[in-house]
Parts: sequence; C-alpha cells; structure tokens
Amino acid sequence: MNQQNVRSDDFELRSVHLHDLSDEQLKARFWELTEQTVKPLVDLARTHTTPSIERSVLLRMGFSSIEAKTIVEKVIDHQLMGKGAGNVVFIRAKLDNINIRTAGLKLIAEDGWDRVIAHFGGKS
Amino acid sequence: MILPNEKLDIKTILSNLENYTPRRHHWTWRKPFPNLHLGSYEYQDTSEPLKNSVPPMGAKAFGFIDPQPREVITTEIASGRFEDDIRRMRMAAWHGADHIMVIRTAGQSHFDGLIEGTPQGIGGVPITRKQIRATRKALDIIEDEVGRPINFHSYVSGVAGPEIAVMYAEEGVNGAHQDPQYNVLYRNINMIRSFVDAAESKRIMAGAQMLQIDGAHNANATAKEAWKVMPELLVQHAINCAFSVNVGMEKTNIALSTVPPTASPAPDLKVNLPYAVALRDFFTGFRMRAQMNTKYMESSTREATVTHVLNMMISKLTSADIQSTITPDEGRNVPWHMYNIEACDTARQALIGMDGMTDLVTVRKDGYMRTKVREIKERAILFLEEMLATGGYFQAVEKGFFIDSGIFPERIGDGISRKINGGVGANTVFERDWDYFAPVPSHFGNNNIAQYGIAKNQNPAMVIGGSTFEDRRKIQYIDELDPIDNVETRLAENKRYENGNLIRPEVQWQGDGIVVVDLTLPTSGQIAMAAALEIGKRMNLKDVEVIHKEILHPSEGTRIQIKGEIDFDIDIATLTVPQIPVVLSDAEITAFVKDHPIKIVAATVGEDEHSVGLREIIDIKHGGIEQYGITCNYLGTSVPVDKLVDAAIETNADAILLSTIISHDDIHYKNMKKINEYAIEKGIRDRIIIIAGGTQVTPEIAVMQGVDAGFGRGTKGVQVATFLVNQLRGRAKK
Repeated sequence: MNQQNVRSDDFELRSVHLHDLSDEQLKARFWELTEQTVKPLVDLARTHTTPSIERSVLLRMGFSSIEAKTIVEKVIDHQLMGKGAGNVVFIRAKLDNINIRTAGLKLIAEDGWDRVIAHFGGKS
Repeated sequence: MILPNEKLDIKTILSNLENYTPRRHHWTWRKPFPNLHLGSYEYQDTSEPLKNSVPPMGAKAFGFIDPQPREVITTEIASGRFEDDIRRMRMAAWHGADHIMVIRTAGQSHFDGLIEGTPQGIGGVPITRKQIRATRKALDIIEDEVGRPINFHSYVSGVAGPEIAVMYAEEGVNGAHQDPQYNVLYRNINMIRSFVDAAESKRIMAGAQMLQIDGAHNANATAKEAWKVMPELLVQHAINCAFSVNVGMEKTNIALSTVPPTASPAPDLKVNLPYAVALRDFFTGFRMRAQMNTKYMESSTREATVTHVLNMMISKLTSADIQSTITPDEGRNVPWHMYNIEACDTARQALIGMDGMTDLVTVRKDGYMRTKVREIKERAILFLEEMLATGGYFQAVEKGFFIDSGIFPERIGDGISRKINGGVGANTVFERDWDYFAPVPSHFGNNNIAQYGIAKNQNPAMVIGGSTFEDRRKIQYIDELDPIDNVETRLAENKRYENGNLIRPEVQWQGDGIVVVDLTLPTSGQIAMAAALEIGKRMNLKDVEVIHKEILHPSEGTRIQIKGEIDFDIDIATLTVPQIPVVLSDAEITAFVKDHPIKIVAATVGEDEHSVGLREIIDIKHGGIEQYGITCNYLGTSVPVDKLVDAAIETNADAILLSTIISHDDIHYKNMKKINEYAIEKGIRDRIIIIAGGTQVTPEIAVMQGVDAGFGRGTKGVQVATFLVNQLRGRAKK
C-alpha cells in the first residue's frame, strides 16, 4: 500500500466548483477533460509504430503470420522500422520489378537488404 | 440446410476450409418487432421470432410461444476445444443467443504474433485463423437453422492486437473486445505499446464495421470494494470511447461493457440504478453492452442467477443494446454446456417477463436518484481533473490511480501501478520517419502516401495491386503447425463417438464423462464434504471434487454437489427407448365423440390430494379431454378405489381415470391392482376402460397391475383421448 496515495473522501470540498454547473455543462466538462486526456495518446499513436502494427501491415499485403514475423524482425535488425515494414517490402519489389510476395520472400532469404537500405539513404 | 435431428458434422466443417469465405464482416442487431402478437399476448420490446428454438419450459402452458427480446443476447464459451464449442453454440442459439463470444486461451495476450492451427487451450481456445474460420463456418449453418444472424466475437488485446484485428476482419469476426487499458492494468503490457497498437487495431475494426466492446467491467471484477470504482468506471469507459472516436470508429460501433457494480445482499438497485443512469446520461450515442456482476459470485448457481436477474432489471429500467450472460457456474468451473444454456434462458425469460417495463414505471429524476446520479458524475470529473493535473493518463497509471478501492476522490492506496517504461513489450515502439509508408487500407496515423502518388481518398494498397481486404485470395492460410496438438488427433481419440451409437455424459468435451451428484447430508459442512468425497468414490466416480457447499443448518444439514468422472459408455442399441405416442388429430377425436358420446369418471385415489395433473388431463382450459366433448365426472381427491368403481357403474361411464402421484411404498401400483380387482368383482371390468396416470407411473408397469393404460409425466389430454377413442373403436369392431 502506497501511503502517498491515501486520502480520505473530500468529495464535498473538492467538488464545490462543479456545483453550479448544469447537467449539460457537467457533461460537456466531462468530455472536454476526456478529450484532453486522450489527445496525447492519439498523437503518440499517429507518429509511432510497433512490431505488431508492421506485422499486421504485412498480413494485409498477403504474407503469412510466420513470414510477417521474420520480415519484421529483420526490419528491426536493419533499423528500418521508421520507414515501415510494408514500405521496405514495397521498395524491394520496385527495385527488381518483382511482385510483393516474391520481394518479401527474398528479404526473408536475406536477398537485397543492402540495396533497400541504400534506397532509404542508409540506416535511419 | 441442417435438420434439427442431424448433428453438426465436424468433418464437413473442417473440409475445404482453405477456400472458405465469410458471408459478412459487420455486426448485426436484431430486427425490432414491436406490437408482436404471440399466443394471447402483445409484446412491445421484442424482435423477430426465430425459425427454430427451444422455448422456455413454462411455454408449454402458452402454446409453446417463444418471444425474443430486442436485446442481442451474449453467451461466452470457453471449453478450450472449438470442435466442442460449436456444438454448444448451436444449443445456445436455439436458446436465444445471437452473440457468441469465444474466450481466448490463458496466456494468449502475451503471445507475440498469431497462433496457427488448432491446439487445445486452457479456459478458452487459442484464437487462430483455422479455429476462427471453422467456427464461423459452423455459425453460418447455425444461423440459417435458427433464422437469425449470429455475431461472432473474441478479443483484440495483448501484444498482437493489430494482427489479430486484421485476421478477424479477414475472417468475418463481427465484434471484439478492444481496450488498451485492459492490457495495461490486467496484463501488464507496456502502456505506450498498448495505446499505439490499439489505434491500429481500432482502425482495422472500424474498417470492417465490427462492434467494439471495452474492458471497463474488469475494474469492477478486480477492485476489492467493487462498487467504489464507479467514478473510475466512467473514466475508463470515456478514455476508450474518446480514443476510439479519435482514430475513426463510429460511435454506434462502440459498446460500453457496463456492469452493475454491486450485488445483493448490498442494496442492489440503490447503488446500481443511479450508476446506470449517470453512465447513460454521459454516454449518449454509444451502445450499451450490459455485463453482469461477477464480483460476488460464489459456487451457488441459484444465487448468481438472482443477481443476474436483478442486473437485467437495471437493463430494462435504463437501456441495453446487448444483454450479456455470465454462466451461473462461473464461480466454480470453467463454464459447462448446460450453464451456458441456463444463462441464455435466464436472460430470455427475465427480459420477456419485463417486456414493456418503461411503459409501466419511470425511474425518478428527483430526490435520492438526482443526488446520487449527480454525485457519481462529479466524482468522475474530479478523477479526470486530477489525472490531467498529474501529467496525464500514463502518469496517473504509474501513480496507482486505477483500481483503487476508495471511491474517488477517496483513495485507499491499493490501486494497480504500472511503470510507463515497464511491462511486457516495453521499448518496442518506433517513431515513424517522414517517409513512413504502409501500402494498406484501414491504417491509422502518419502514412506518406503522397510520395508514391496516392491521393488522400485512394486506397494505399493500389500500388501493390490490392490487399487481402479487397482480394482474399491473397490471404496465406496455415492449416496446422503442431502434428500432435490438433483437432484431428482429438477427433481420432473420440472416434468411437463419431456415429452417435455410443454416448457418455459430458459437461464440456465429448466423452469427458463428468457427472454432478447433488447430496443433502444430515451433518456439518466439514464432515459433509469429507462424506461426499467418500460417497463419490463408492459410486465409482473418478477424480471426485466438491464443487458446491451450502449450509442448510450448522448441524442439521449441508448440501453438497460433487463432480466426478465415469468411465463407461452407453451403447444406445442396448436401450429400451419408449415410443413417442402417436395421437389422433383434434378434429378426428371430436368427430368420433360426436357420434359416440364418451363418459368418464375421474379422481385421485387413496390418500392423495394432488389433483393438478388430473385436472390438466380433464379440464377444457388446460387443453384436457373435455374439449373433445367427452363428459367428465370429476369426483375429487383422496377417493377410495371402490367409490370410484361404484360411481362408474352409477353413471354408466365408459372409462375410469385414476390419478396417483404419491409413490411411496409403490402405493400407486397397489391402487391400480386394487381397482382392477374391484372392477372384476363388480362384474364390469370387461366393459370399462381403466386408465391410471401420475408423475411416477411407468406405463408398462401400470399395465402389469391390470389397468388398460398407464400415463407418466408430461402426458397431455390428447394422448388420453386418443387411447379412449382407439379402445372404443376396437371394442366396437369386436
């Protein structure tokens, strides 16, 4: 038990500033504060990615769960997560003008990483 | 189309799965059917009736009507074997479930990726593409059979949320739990990772029009003094709702998993109703999934059922789009078949029983209700204020704001605290570069599509010739990875049950052999438990366990339920199965009686005051034989058999109907023998028909006593009338 987090119920005192609000105003305040709470969380999600997100992108591109796992591990190893694993496979396909699945399987077979990295201007 | 007398064929379901295409992806609500006339009643809060169902048992007295509530009804299935789950789903659908929620195996939330194949799970199935596909395929068959779409549901949580969401969207899963707070608080998955993943998962779900259910109810199930988390529950719901709307989900596809926070012996309605009203006031436009209180469940299925019925009163007094059902055995087992069915029946019966509730009563908006509703709302706002003052959601979690057993702003200091940079999956979040790109639809966040000439309103997958969402032939289907732990192995082990000739009782898996024995022992609790285990052993049960103990009195009696396993099969070829009686049509009986008037005398005989069964056989209002024009002379209860025979002679009756409920010392059979002998003595036996009925009557044994026919439990007037008509026709021929 964390003693710093212990507090008796001071609801009456603490809620004085809410007493004059109408029910509608109270509801508006609730959602306003909620929006303020979630905004940084949404921004964080907008600007970041994760291995699971990248695997989910590869699934949608037509790779199996096992293939997606391997490709993302290699993308992380090559420090290319900031580009997106789907982007990496897409570029690999463009470089040799091959289809997406073939490109992904080549990356799994360690074929062509150097050129992909070079395309993205070296490691990010 | 499967017929009711055909079993689901698992082999057909498993065949050609690699080419299966789901019918739809989106959630489906029931079609409201107000002013529904069924039997002699009119219903308000109803939906379209089913094509096939098992009506409630009480419906027998109402022409077997089965009105369906407007609320979607959930059942949660967790046996760990999908091939057994699908049979239970079919049973549940026949009892009114149209939201089938499959629980995941323990530990799947920490599995970093998708699981494949059909391994067996613990407390649920490992959610894999094959299990989902096979289950969805079975549900297609089941929904056609009952005539109502069935929503299939599981979880999008853990460290593989976005991948699971993609697989669900591809495979026609219609709803899912998705709430990053669940990951953080209960699974100790890193909070940054959880929220970043959640945005993508939610966007994928939104694209497939799946229904999302949040995880706030877990706070109630976890907190020590559960009702005190009410302010926090509003906050948790709000965070998930607002986050979901921000990433592109429609409000109407977002459901709050709301739970009445307390249960009797607390004053249930006084606490739960203001809370339910406060919640619905704040969350207009969202859907309500009324969860049931699980916090105070012990091993009594009856007590849990009462709590759940009270919970449904809250649903009816406020609103619910989905009525969840918790199986009443959840306090003691992983749910068993029969309890899923009981829970669905409880929901259906209670909701229909409270049909039109809001036309009858209004929830007050003044006095106690006003004060309490307002207080809960203000406390929730204070929670948000302090969370923001602390630096936001992550800091608040780290400081143990959540699942504290104080009623905020009171704090006890026992909240769950998680480190911002700790937990499973910590440090696995990567910043997107300016040229980050994902060539897929339903993707959330920065995606530099312009660099490849894709316009904002275009599908980014255009540059790769489409994604699996547009062309499911691109999905890479994996069948099995484990050569031993899979459905084929399990089916081979149970091969002897395949054709249905051998049967063994089961509670969750085919052939599990588990039975429950209910014992009342005239002793104290501890002794009763020990005695019950011994009784189970002597009954040749294996692995006997006490699953329920209820004190009837500290010394006079204890009720115990034990479970144990039997290890023999029943070969149905060796059984004597009574024939289902063939009855004449009402018109045929009525026509016969018109031409050949029939007179009977009837009574309960001996020291037997039970007349309900006999009245049902006779009375016109119960569908008895009077309706065919048969003249019935009812002599009453506890009539001596000789009086009954004398009355038959006096009225020149064609038949005697005697009812015998009491079976102690075989008194019912003794009375049958006696009446036969007395009728012979009086010289009328050859011209009178004697029929004996009663709940404990076995027809064959009755006939052995000398009566013409015996009728047991569940007999209807039409069977007795049919017998009379056939007998009289036969005698006329002679």
